[in-house]
Amino acid sequence: MGMRKVAIVGAGITKFVRRAQETGKELSWQASKMALESCDLTLDDIDMVTLGTAPDAFDGVHMKGEYLADGAGAIGKPYMRHYVGGGTGVFSPIHGWFHVASGMADICLVVAEEKMSSCHPHPQGAFLTIFDHTTEQPLMPTLIWIFALEMHRYMETYGISKADIAQVSVKNKRNAMDHPSAQVAGNITVEDVLSSETLCWPVNRLDISPASDGAAAIVIASERVARRLTDKPVWIDGIGHSIDTAYWATRDLSYPRYVETAARMAYDMAGIKEPDKEIHIAEPYDPFDYKELHHMEGLMLCPRGKAAQLTADGITARDGNMPICPSGGALGVGNPIAATGLMKIIEIFLQLRGEAGKRQVPGNPRCGLAQAWGDLMQMGTVVVMRS
Amino acid sequence: MKLEDFELGGTQLKASDFKTGKVLTTEWKPDLKYAWDNGVAIGRYLAEFKEGRIIARVCHKCDRIMLPPRMFCELCFRPTDEWMYVKDTGVINTFSIAKVNWDASRRGPKEPPLLPAVIEIDGASEGMGIMHMLGEADPKDFKIGMKVKAVWKKPEDRTGAITDILYFKPVAAGTEDKNKGRPEGRGKEVR
Repeated sequence: MGMRKVAIVGAGITKFVRRAQETGKELSWQASKMALESCDLTLDDIDMVTLGTAPDAFDGVHMKGEYLADGAGAIGKPYMRHYVGGGTGVFSPIHGWFHVASGMADICLVVAEEKMSSCHPHPQGAFLTIFDHTTEQPLMPTLIWIFALEMHRYMETYGISKADIAQVSVKNKRNAMDHPSAQVAGNITVEDVLSSETLCWPVNRLDISPASDGAAAIVIASERVARRLTDKPVWIDGIGHSIDTAYWATRDLSYPRYVETAARMAYDMAGIKEPDKEIHIAEPYDPFDYKELHHMEGLMLCPRGKAAQLTADGITARDGNMPICPSGGALGVGNPIAATGLMKIIEIFLQLRGEAGKRQVPGNPRCGLAQAWGDLMQMGTVVVMRS
Repeated sequence: MKLEDFELGGTQLKASDFKTGKVLTTEWKPDLKYAWDNGVAIGRYLAEFKEGRIIARVCHKCDRIMLPPRMFCELCFRPTDEWMYVKDTGVINTFSIAKVNWDASRRGPKEPPLLPAVIEIDGASEGMGIMHMLGEADPKDFKIGMKVKAVWKKPEDRTGAITDILYFKPVAAGTEDKNKGRPEGRGKEVR
């Protein structure tokens, strides 16, 4: 469609922690500086900057994009902030892609930041105002409710048990033991998940990712520049994003159609016909363990209702045929919302370059994807990458 | 590049860092209030709640009977066409047994769990659910697919709010007869 090829050439990330000493601005600076250093660039080389960060209510800072601009290296440059709830971090490279693919920029710094710990007593409270102010907020809902509602519907539709789903948390927290940014890595069992505190049945404490502070950044470049900067560019071959209605209670909660729509857009662009065969490795968004399964199905990596069986069979393990969340995901590395999505992009970037260290999946993967999802269970963002 | 070759930023703070004054913080507790206008569609919807009725809005192009009601159809992108009463009964699409409050604080040991649910309202198009609460039965007795009915506040206590329905309770066997014989998916049309 007349667009230029775009590659990821560098990456940076902070540790993900429950409460960071650094401000969001300082975290953004740390991740951005590392991303530039990783590909031997300086800020002078950057044509423009995009930044992803989720609700202003977490930080209690209005105009968060403007506040963070200094840390993201944006001063004096074209700069845009994007925000699509939990889908933000995978929208970040898409937003950067627009500018490089269109020819507006040759090199774009893409930054994602979240500092959730500023909101007390718990950032969950900031989520109250995402619900409809008249028909839902008076019932005092929390996001955990609607995850529990969706998980229950998913379990009921396909006959999946809590233990089936808990395997995802076990796998991801173990994978995260090899990730240097990890906040809640651990060697736990399905029984640990099932016996952890019940928050909103069927959701237990260990079914959920934590609240986190952290930042991540990547550098993306046009083909000509990318080939000059690195001999291992990772190409953004497909992007997709799609939103469903905010009338979330009117949807089929057992299947994320908005993820499928986004995935089809990305697959069409990347020329992928059989995602379950052509995608070697994937980082779907896993803020809750069932969401990894839900999203694998929406991404058409397996038939509906079958993702739990793939997990039980070890197919999605790091050494399985289709490694899912080899980073450790939101469940293991942590979940500073926008930064999590970009962490997943970075994991695929490193995996496709063979640079994931102890997390490296075997078999020389050549094609991977990262996906995120957000808002009132309505936004899907997908990026397909190839080495 | 390998992540392991970099010294990653992000410094985890401990509770003791605050106690010992190693880290200083600044606090602000906003005291803001919002008054949200209910709008045209939801204004009528809640006015009907005050009368103990649920009203939907119909789009003649896609033939959906929509809850919550809306003055425009987001799919056809045209004005919706008419109001239609639906029933105050429905089917549980899904539910949870919640032991946390909106701010993630835990329910006290003597506080019963909250039972949020998605209820597909009878008479609206298939799948048209609303979020509301369940009540009046033991949490373990609720099942997906169970028929439930709204329990309304007393008329004098209603304010035209979503909370004019206290919760939905299981429909006792034998009390469903009054709805029999009505065409499925259709309520009574009104102007």
